[in-house]
Amino acid sequence: MKMSENLLEVRDVRKSFRVPHAGKNKLCALDGISLDLARGETLGLVGESGCGKSTLARTLMMLERPDAGTVRFDGVDPFTLAGAELLKFRSRVQMVFQDPYASLNSQMSAAEIIAEPWRSHKGLIKNRQDRDMRVRGLLDLVGLGAKAADKYPQEFSGGQRQRIGIARALALNPDVIICDEPVSALDLSVQAQVLNLLNDLQEQLGISYIFISHDLSVVRHVADRVAVMYLGKIIENGPTDTVFDRSDHPYTAALMSAAPTLDGTHRQERILLSGEVPSPLNPPSGCRFRTRCWKATEVCATTTPPVTVDPEFGGHTALCHHPLLLEGSGLETVSA
Amino acid sequence: MKGSSMTAPARHDTQTDHRADAPTVLDVDGLSVEVRTISGTLRAVNDVSFQARRGETLALLGESGCGKSMTATALVGLLEPVADVVAGSATLSGVDLLSADRKKRRAMAGTELAIVFQDALTALNPLYTVGTQLAEPFRIHKGLTAKDAKAKAVELMARVGIPQPETRLNSYPHQFSGGMRQRLLIAMAVALNPSVLIADEPTTALDVTVQAQIMALLRDLRTEFDMAVVLITHDLALVAEEADRVAVMYAGNVIETGTVAEVFADPKHPYTKGLLNSVPVNARRGDGLHSIGGSPPDLHDIPDGCVYQERCPLARDICVTTRPTLDHVGEQRKAACHFPEEVTPRTRGGKSEDV
Repeated sequence: MKMSENLLEVRDVRKSFRVPHAGKNKLCALDGISLDLARGETLGLVGESGCGKSTLARTLMMLERPDAGTVRFDGVDPFTLAGAELLKFRSRVQMVFQDPYASLNSQMSAAEIIAEPWRSHKGLIKNRQDRDMRVRGLLDLVGLGAKAADKYPQEFSGGQRQRIGIARALALNPDVIICDEPVSALDLSVQAQVLNLLNDLQEQLGISYIFISHDLSVVRHVADRVAVMYLGKIIENGPTDTVFDRSDHPYTAALMSAAPTLDGTHRQERILLSGEVPSPLNPPSGCRFRTRCWKATEVCATTTPPVTVDPEFGGHTALCHHPLLLEGSGLETVSA
Repeated sequence: MKGSSMTAPARHDTQTDHRADAPTVLDVDGLSVEVRTISGTLRAVNDVSFQARRGETLALLGESGCGKSMTATALVGLLEPVADVVAGSATLSGVDLLSADRKKRRAMAGTELAIVFQDALTALNPLYTVGTQLAEPFRIHKGLTAKDAKAKAVELMARVGIPQPETRLNSYPHQFSGGMRQRLLIAMAVALNPSVLIADEPTTALDVTVQAQIMALLRDLRTEFDMAVVLITHDLALVAEEADRVAVMYAGNVIETGTVAEVFADPKHPYTKGLLNSVPVNARRGDGLHSIGGSPPDLHDIPDGCVYQERCPLARDICVTTRPTLDHVGEQRKAACHFPEEVTPRTRGGKSEDV
């Protein structure tokens, strides 16, 4: 085993983009992101559109180079790699995309789609027979069966397509799969099938997932730990149950309470935020959330909030001047 | 911007009382819609019946392709040329919407029946200011002058919570955020105080905190204008929180109806139960989720018997040969299943081994 327990360590990563017609303002997509991912663990990444979830995923895939900060994968900064080492790294982090219709080439059969990664990563298969056998193995693994090999994407349903996408991600035996809203395009009954599959694969193969989703009930079901993002920052981070049941950050509490629930009990005590997420081109000073926060005071406008650590649960942190739990018992305090 | 300008979180009153006695305003009876495609004619909506009552929210719940949006499109008369209503009636204020002529329909559009679409950006005209678009119903239906209609538009924008309506009046749709655009669409829909408001996936494109705002607005407007709201959605949790009654659709058919409380607590159709069990409710990490095997039937090739037979754990011979009708399984509820009494109440928050 390696020195560190964490497979992936991200420290203070920043990334901003220049956008047209915005003058000197840059769009700050990632504003000092730090997170860890352990082997075999699932990290849920939650936040509303425009919060930087996808930019973070692209950075971890090395599709974006951070402006500052470090990414360490097994102790190595992938952005320093080149040539064969870089290729090797790329095989270790794979991705499953949101849209199972757009992410598969309709001109290629399922077998060709799944085998395509081996065209770049040549050492992984010996010959044609080996390739066909591996494709069949992967199809079995994702529950499609060998008969699916010669069919084309349009012959499959949405859920089956997503299984092909997952088989393609598995082809290179990755350590980490970044799942970017993998079930949000699927119908509920099919969504459960795919979530169960991802869970089974993790148990069998020990893969780590970074699971990006806006659906809190799905994240609660799949994630060991959750990081909540707002305007380019991780504003709360911790074990899933702790973050859900003892939210420290007012935004997390509002987000949790905004999601409708099946037993319909949530509505009575809903925290209804005013306004919408401010533009990342011109984020508020101090705390990013203060323009919508009912607890905001002068200090929130002037100073970036410190990291507060939950006194009872280590590893549960929030970026807030007025964390909810320090004043009592979470949501109850808010509703008083 | 000061900390003091922040608003405290608003909170809602409790669930509205069920209005079993509220008068029916929209009565849809036996609606069927066929679509002509290259590979033949398919029936996208089959014999769909439901009633929407004043001051109440009725949810049309189903997965993609179940016909819920096609039902709405048929009611408001916006079907594509390849789709036709082949049977049924929809009575609103004594008029059958489906057989009314264009002139009559036009007079009822907005005044009796209005719709809010999912995608507000394509529903609004990008070339006109929102003020012009919001004033349009008042000019056309009420004959107001441009000036008076603009004043009405400002009033309406303020009502749906758009800040600084006087200045925003002259903005174009793309200058608004997604949530604000949805507010604009809602404002246009309720402008002439319709008796029925159809909301077709009104919050699917929005973030969850904005969804909560929009649903709160719709609820308030429903009470204020005493409208019947038909909420079309695939989101069971949204139905649980927002609707009084629900009609569950599958492959073009309504397979179960009743009050949300009854249907969700004790479903009488295996599909409804399967859906409810697929929601990860408080499911812990690692728990297997109950899922429905297979996928919905191809609308080109709907089986003769029960539409759900291929995925149903209760299916037997009669389900293959005879299509079950939507029959009473309780005072206020119906299900289209041969064996409703065999569908056991839902187990909460976990995997269920049985149906």
